[in-house]
Amino acid sequence: MSKKVAFLQGNEAASYGALYAGCNFFAGYPITPSTEVAEVMSVELPKIGGKFIQMEDEIAASAAMMGAALAGFKTLDSTSGPGLSLKQELIGMACISEIPCVIYNVMRGGPSTGMPTGPSQSDVMCAKWGTHGDHPAICLVPSTVQETYEEMIRAFNLSEKYRTPVLVMPDEIVAHMRERVVFPEPGEIAIEPRRTPTVPPEQYKPYDTSFGDVPPLAAFGTGYKFHVTSLNKGQDGFPTTKAEWVQAEEERQVRKVEANADDIIEFEEFQLDDAEVVIVAYGSTSRSARYAVNEARKQGIKAGMFRLKTFWPFPYKQLTALTGRIKGFITPEMNLGMCHGEVERAAQGKVPVMGIFRVDGEPINPDQILDKIKEVK
Amino acid sequence: MAFDYEKYIRPGKLPHIWCPGCGHGIVMKGLIRAMDSLKLDMAQTAIVSGIGCASRLPGYMDCCTLHTAHGRAAAFATGVKLAKPEMNVILVGGDGDGTAIGGNHFIHACRRNIDMTYIILNNKIYGMTGGQFSPTTPTGAKASTTPYGNPDPCFDIAKLAIGAGATFVARGTSFHANQIDKLIAEAIQHKGFSVVEIMDDCPTTYGRRNKFKSVIEMMNHLKEIAVPVKAAEKMTAEQLQGKVLTGVLYKDETKTEYTAEYAKVIERAKAAK
Repeated sequence: MSKKVAFLQGNEAASYGALYAGCNFFAGYPITPSTEVAEVMSVELPKIGGKFIQMEDEIAASAAMMGAALAGFKTLDSTSGPGLSLKQELIGMACISEIPCVIYNVMRGGPSTGMPTGPSQSDVMCAKWGTHGDHPAICLVPSTVQETYEEMIRAFNLSEKYRTPVLVMPDEIVAHMRERVVFPEPGEIAIEPRRTPTVPPEQYKPYDTSFGDVPPLAAFGTGYKFHVTSLNKGQDGFPTTKAEWVQAEEERQVRKVEANADDIIEFEEFQLDDAEVVIVAYGSTSRSARYAVNEARKQGIKAGMFRLKTFWPFPYKQLTALTGRIKGFITPEMNLGMCHGEVERAAQGKVPVMGIFRVDGEPINPDQILDKIKEVK
Repeated sequence: MAFDYEKYIRPGKLPHIWCPGCGHGIVMKGLIRAMDSLKLDMAQTAIVSGIGCASRLPGYMDCCTLHTAHGRAAAFATGVKLAKPEMNVILVGGDGDGTAIGGNHFIHACRRNIDMTYIILNNKIYGMTGGQFSPTTPTGAKASTTPYGNPDPCFDIAKLAIGAGATFVARGTSFHANQIDKLIAEAIQHKGFSVVEIMDDCPTTYGRRNKFKSVIEMMNHLKEIAVPVKAAEKMTAEQLQGKVLTGVLYKDETKTEYTAEYAKVIERAKAAK
């Protein structure tokens, strides 16, 4: 039997990917260029008995999503730059309270209101450092419509597996382009279930590390009476300022993601085996980079691409491993050097890292990248 | 036999953090008596709060409790209630949390008429941060950030709630302790968004700066300014100057409740499939 195929926009694919992953609650606030997700979810969720709510602002949307997540739902919120800035407060709470949820953020020009309909990749540092305090970060950066669909499923799976918020961040080009999407059959892609407690309610502690770095999470209304706070907490979920407990909990929250980086980090190696010049790219920029690599190869230059699918945790280890055999990295991106800085950390000064930065609302074209490839000596 | 509060309180979580003379404990006892009178299933009850002294209340209560970020309680609670309409959802918080930083969430919860009960402990001050003026601090009053007297006019929380679309609005005081449980119980039973404002006191950060010599004096002040709605009907505007009305101020049983309305959306969506 042939698979179901559709011609979809990135934002639409994201919505259907979320539904495939079992999303049954959406809270959002309208914002260009991500609003199509809210529109699709408002149509589809009630059909399956799920819930859709448009809240009064972006903070409220995150709050409602997290409330529903604690009631046992798989929840999604969608936004763009200015909304992502507002959500930082509650992304921090989702991290410290360990509430699984997915935030879909389409990257548009910034800062502030910036360029609402222009593409950008300038939210990638905000995804890690936007909220205050030490915390884990998982951020996925799809580059095709098909991949946007699939990465939404992976985002829900990772949020459940690690009990933490996950950001999916296509740039505006990926979010609004239309491409062919081949839908997986039901059951074809494994869905990570929420790990719920096996102990009776009277023994349940919401941050009980005897179950490992990712403790089981009960749902409100299922017989488990427990406390969730935005304060630093002990394993029982109640506020504490006890130094050793706070230190242990803070370290565990970061460790549960960092120690599992190999499970979370995904990337594509394109023409990398013999590459002397390596482009590190993500999102729509990687599409121009792929074209540039092919053109360079035609001209006899050994170029390749390391394409990020996971931006956070960042693949430092994988990039550092390349430094022994390449002449340099090129980092094309629609910001003033955000990925570039991380690649410099990975390069450790062993090879040059050359940036191509655009923040004018125009995509980076293949010729720009090809010209830079030729500069690498 | 004396009322047994302990079965509603989490073992080992007392003493509470509130100062001597604070009325929050009186309100918590009222809430417990209300929950007891309605025989609420604690495992099916969520108490949600924001940040501040009053927002610490859920931690003591033996049910599903959620202590969120400053001002956001109503939005979190909306998510819990929409996800699980069968649960009882109660919000607790202070005047600053609910009407300043949380003002937007508050009015929109009122507008949606989602079936939750919001207990606002109005002590007219930001107590936890040391006594800065709030949207309900009287004009002219002293706070740590109004050393020359408060220039701001203040909110009437009950009128704000009614104007925004809440369908049950009541007011009590922490002096009139026996009335608190009855107001809260009636609010919880009401199908829609209910607001119970409890006029409360903060002797530590408000009383000391505003010439209240003792907690008793503050309590007596609450007694003096409170006028039951029935009694107010017979009073002149002049007599009502400086008073606050207490009791059930507003009740509308005609407006559709939000989760019931959303259930209809689900029906329509399934029919259109």
